[in-house]
Amino acid sequence: MPDPAVSAPIEPLLDVSDLHLWRGERHLLRGVSFSIRAGELLQIVGPNGVGKTSLLRCVAGLLPLESGDIKWCNRPLSSNRDAFHQQLAYLAHVNALKADLTALENLHYSVSLRRTITQHETRDMLQRLQVAECADLPVRAMSAGQKRRVAIARILLTQAKLWVLDEPITNLDTAGIDLFERCMAEHLDKGGLIVTAAHQLLLRGRPNVRTLELH
Amino acid sequence: MPSLLQLTLLVVGRDLKLALRHWDQIIQPLIFFIVVTTLFPLAISPELAELRRISAGVVWVAAMLASLLALESLFRTDVEDGTMEQWTLAGQPLSLMLLSKTVTHWLLAGLPIVLMSPIVGTALGMPQSAWGVLAGSLALGTGCLSILGAIGTALTVAVRRGNVLLALLVLPLEMPVLIFGARAVDLSMHGEAVAGPLNLLAAMLLLFLSLGPFAMAAAMRISVEN
Repeated sequence: MPDPAVSAPIEPLLDVSDLHLWRGERHLLRGVSFSIRAGELLQIVGPNGVGKTSLLRCVAGLLPLESGDIKWCNRPLSSNRDAFHQQLAYLAHVNALKADLTALENLHYSVSLRRTITQHETRDMLQRLQVAECADLPVRAMSAGQKRRVAIARILLTQAKLWVLDEPITNLDTAGIDLFERCMAEHLDKGGLIVTAAHQLLLRGRPNVRTLELH
Repeated sequence: MPSLLQLTLLVVGRDLKLALRHWDQIIQPLIFFIVVTTLFPLAISPELAELRRISAGVVWVAAMLASLLALESLFRTDVEDGTMEQWTLAGQPLSLMLLSKTVTHWLLAGLPIVLMSPIVGTALGMPQSAWGVLAGSLALGTGCLSILGAIGTALTVAVRRGNVLLALLVLPLEMPVLIFGARAVDLSMHGEAVAGPLNLLAAMLLLFLSLGPFAMAAAMRISVEN
């Protein structure tokens, strides 16, 4: 890991300190701490069931904190939840797509919660993710990989600063993974932050990419 | 950032569109309402005088059970496919979004019952003079039932097979609505003043409309934690 003071002199935007989490009787997260600055990618790795998803859900604000502290822009999450959520794009295991709506409709209804979006913009994004032919198809008729790409289109269209992605490349083919890595690199170059849980390390060898191993 | 009005229209528009894509599920409560009320003359007696005595209660109980049946579809699919999770993270008032969803749900499940009630009432021997009060009391009452039911559904949506739990939770709370609603219809059939129970129903609806959304949002946040 590069010395943070040398590589990035800017203040960390997201600061997680001493996070503990119990699920039932199990002490799942035992004092997890990390901080990320603008333009950084943090990949959380570890075996199945170690608490990667729970950690991401804590960071996204879906799970209440039992002990520990999460700060966004130096303010605790609990006191500026809405402001934090407006800058957050969260991709879960499930794609959050309605099977009865088309890709365009799905993206319209989910992205419009954050900002005004034109159909043209949505089509361009689907084109970029190489699922333009699915734009007017109901989601139930798509393959698992195509659905994932549409879900990724939502993350990109939201224009959020912080991406929290839970195994984003599930069901993607190699071309899809390459494409998604380019999108991630672009987001980091623009000063975005990414926290992911992944079994396969993405953007290997790029600066400002770190891993956090959970035991 | 959408305004609150845009947010409401967005949610209502989305749910109406989804409902149109599988309308067969949407009309189930209405069909249930009609079938149940039709069974009574068959089981009890086709004698109009006898049916008239129980008609107010029958229509109201059927409407209440139909509304309970309709709750099943209110939040479940959105929670299962992850949409609700995204809503809680949208940085928008979840209470307003859930209220919009509940209002749409009432338009699709409650309103048809209200509109159908005079016909069903007539089949049970209800005089024409009671139509207005029947539809009015049901409009206020099914509104109350939708909101109470939405709170219960938000609480139980993460529970596997939570239907029975939902009924146990919600039906006792719905008793006052049933009592005042059926009472209003009964009074109007006897030509007496109905303002009392109708006002109480309206007051309950206002109370639930103002406080219900916050309870729904709080319950939903607990449900999506899992």
